[in-house]
Amino acid sequence: MNTRNTKVMNRLDVTSRLIAKLKHEEAVIGGIGNTNFDLWAAGHRPQNFYMLGSMGLAFPIALGVALAQPDRRVFALEGDGSLLMQLGALSTIATLKPKNLSMIVMDNGIYQITGAQPTPAANVADIVAIATGSGLANSAWAADEEDFERLVEEAMSASEPSLIAVRIDDKPGIGATRRDPVQIRERFMHGLGVREPL
Amino acid sequence: MAIAEQHTSSEATQTSSDKSWHGIVLQTLKRNEISLVPYVPDRVLTPLIKNLHADPFFTTFATAREEEAVGIASGAWMGGRRAAVLMQTSGFATLANVLASLAVPYQIPLIMFVSERGTLGEFNYGQSLVCRTMRPVLDSLALEHHTITRLDELEFIADRSIKQAVTTQAPVALILNPLLTGGKVFDK
Repeated sequence: MNTRNTKVMNRLDVTSRLIAKLKHEEAVIGGIGNTNFDLWAAGHRPQNFYMLGSMGLAFPIALGVALAQPDRRVFALEGDGSLLMQLGALSTIATLKPKNLSMIVMDNGIYQITGAQPTPAANVADIVAIATGSGLANSAWAADEEDFERLVEEAMSASEPSLIAVRIDDKPGIGATRRDPVQIRERFMHGLGVREPL
Repeated sequence: MAIAEQHTSSEATQTSSDKSWHGIVLQTLKRNEISLVPYVPDRVLTPLIKNLHADPFFTTFATAREEEAVGIASGAWMGGRRAAVLMQTSGFATLANVLASLAVPYQIPLIMFVSERGTLGEFNYGQSLVCRTMRPVLDSLALEHHTITRLDELEFIADRSIKQAVTTQAPVALILNPLLTGGKVFDK
């Protein structure tokens, strides 16, 4: 893995740094488990969507939103274990090239939530190399928090989809998303201006 | 006379195309403002997929897996754009998790067209077995599904089912039976 020079960061901290940069009602899709727990903990926004299952579909869901609303920036947060379930989605995104889609991978090399078992990729595969090899040329490891923020800024004005990989520690998520799927979906649609609240 | 024949012939081609099963599906999608169509291909679906690609109204593309296509369709719906997913029976068999954890609980009107392999002349034992899992999975989630066997019923079933999916915010599976499409046989 070509991650020797990357600092081990914290999911909630990195997520909070992302949220602090969002000023234009950007959509954020939070992948299953800790990824969306920390998205919830970073402070609920109407443009956040929280997944309660369907592991690996944060990027495809975000792609759907990006294709529906090409003028809105869409961020997707996914864990490394989740991404491994749906690597083909990277090539789909590389082919369609939605310029409003930015992907962030939280990589701790473990299935933290199930007991911290190492993923099959943990010691052998490089997420950024996989993304680049899948056709997403604009993929990079964040060296540290400052570099992460710089990459997010770049992603916001990029003319092609981008992927930022972040090495994170083994801490569990802080929040606990309210598990009401209909409410999550309805609020998200309000947040995206698709529906008006009753 | 030559001109008249040419005209008739062209009209006949047009009519034939519009009244084919795939022509009816395409027009029904369009009439219901379904413009996004991710798919995992199937031999039987080929003329539909080809015509979707040829029509600028549609954004249509292959995905690596069927559940990826379901994720895309779900995101698009929440963003205000309607989608339908095309797949084969064996692809449907990979969807139990995403149906039970995304489409159904989040109340997303997921519209699925499933080309039915595994029956009425199937030559691959695995296909015939996987086909038998499809309706029990649909029924276990109480999902609306229709098996379409007749050309004269296709438009009614597809159009009404799409409208029902949208208004009731519930997924629907439209199973395209070999009696409708001709299916895939050994010598093809």
